[in-house]
Amino acid sequence: MLSSKNIVLEAKNISKYFGTITALENVNLTVREGECLGVVGDNGAGKSTFMKVLSGLYKPSSGSLFFNGNQQILSSPKDSQNLGLEMVYQDLALAGNLPIGENIFLGREPTKKFGFLNLLDYKKIKELSEAHLDKLKIHVKSAEQKVEELSGGQRQAIAIARATAFNSKIVIMDEPTAALAIKEVGKVLDLINSLKKMGVSVIIISHRMDDIFAVSDRVMALFQGTNFAESELSKTTRNEVIGWIMGKK
Amino acid sequence: MDNQKKDQSLFLKLIPYLDRYGILILLLLMILALHIMQPDVFLSWRNVTNVFKQISWQSMLALGVFMVIVTAGIDLSVGSIMMLSLMVLAIVAKADMPWYIVVLVPMLAGLLCGMFNGLGITLLRMPHPFIMTLGTLYIFRGAGNLISGGVPISGFTDEVRYLGHGRIDLTWLGLEESQYLPVSLVLIAIVYFIFWVFMNHTRIGKWIYAIGGNPNAARASGINVNKILIIVYSLCGLLSGIGALILAGRADSGYPNAGLNAELDAIAACIIGGASFFGGRGTVLGVFAGVMIMGILRNGLNLMDVSAFWQQVLIGAIIIIAVYIDVLRKDFGTRK
Repeated sequence: MLSSKNIVLEAKNISKYFGTITALENVNLTVREGECLGVVGDNGAGKSTFMKVLSGLYKPSSGSLFFNGNQQILSSPKDSQNLGLEMVYQDLALAGNLPIGENIFLGREPTKKFGFLNLLDYKKIKELSEAHLDKLKIHVKSAEQKVEELSGGQRQAIAIARATAFNSKIVIMDEPTAALAIKEVGKVLDLINSLKKMGVSVIIISHRMDDIFAVSDRVMALFQGTNFAESELSKTTRNEVIGWIMGKK
Repeated sequence: MDNQKKDQSLFLKLIPYLDRYGILILLLLMILALHIMQPDVFLSWRNVTNVFKQISWQSMLALGVFMVIVTAGIDLSVGSIMMLSLMVLAIVAKADMPWYIVVLVPMLAGLLCGMFNGLGITLLRMPHPFIMTLGTLYIFRGAGNLISGGVPISGFTDEVRYLGHGRIDLTWLGLEESQYLPVSLVLIAIVYFIFWVFMNHTRIGKWIYAIGGNPNAARASGINVNKILIIVYSLCGLLSGIGALILAGRADSGYPNAGLNAELDAIAACIIGGASFFGGRGTVLGVFAGVMIMGILRNGLNLMDVSAFWQQVLIGAIIIIAVYIDVLRKDFGTRK
């Protein structure tokens, strides 16, 4: 049934060279609407480089990217954001000294006219961010709570809420559970599942097989910068995927 | 055991309030103490207006440095910017330029000096603003002495002196002639209000706090961090230029030692007022309280004939205590 959904992101024959080093060689990827794609691979397999190409941070040496079937050339992460792709960074990219709501709207704050001045609309920030958090079932005391007062898992949830607040269609998460306590991992995985239900596509990079098997619909493995293996999740096993990471089929 | 736990949690609950209002409480306590010790003099009209006149130009420098500190930066050059702007003002005034030019020129000079700092920090990718502004601390003061020949230039018109020396007559309220309002007091109120709105209710103000909190988050949010930093240092320079204009009015002279060590007073006022050196924290009202505490301390100790050396010791002690409160807040206020 997922295979009948539209392809929202497609990468064809992406290669990336840094001088004489080949980081990626003819890598392909497709993501469908509302699908979660797990990307696995050993350190240095090219996962992060590939994600940076998808988000526009790196320009590919060759190959092409298609958003909703249209070829696009990205010159910065701003371009991919405008196409509905957001990246949740490993270091979270939140300002701890600011409240939750202001973090969600950072750089895109709503304003209201006051005479000739454009002043921040704090009421709107609070209302819109609380509505968005409710929709994602993220529970915090208030959107006015400072981010530095939150636990690691709550911060990860806020970072994901931030990435999805502006109708993004694709969210890339780089090791979203790596820094979390075990009891918080489940909440983040639940959040990924509710994003999928809302029709958001998720690409998750993770070393933890538990994460991959809890949320992914499909899993692909990179090995030494190339597509190594790919499968529907239901047609593979943990041990097989772990083998892929180590370069064994 | 349980009781002890309760006490500790009460202490924890108090910390955010101490963080926010502690400095105002300290200020009120100082005013009360000085009023008790000097009941006839301290709260007299004459003395209160004196305090405001004395802190007038320092309050401008402190406000500028405050914005810089919120970005987790530092500006050591504000005293020198003020001196250079003052000398430029003096030279333009002596060239018999119309008063409105003489009034605008120091502000423009200050703005350009601040922009120079901002461009240097961002374009030359200085490892820390400390280094750039330490350099310009020397450069601007040297430049001020070069253009003036290192000698005082005195005697300005009343229009030029208005902001620093002007009086607003209140006899129409039935008050005596000696009970006037210094123009510099009104200026402080207006400038602080404008910057309070700027820091708390505009997007750029919010981004200044965000840069201090986590510059990577600001960048990832599409904020042009370098542009905001250049704006902040330019505004800091502009405020130093306004400080020069006030000082010109008060001193009726441009002199080589103007603003010497004033950058340290400005930084001290910010720190006492609760701005965190780690960036992202502090309020405009807090800076004002910090400036007032330093002004009142000096004034009160002068009234009681305490030596200036003790004033230095006390101000130093207050800085350390204020920062220790910040350390405590960081320990207890944040989850690890």
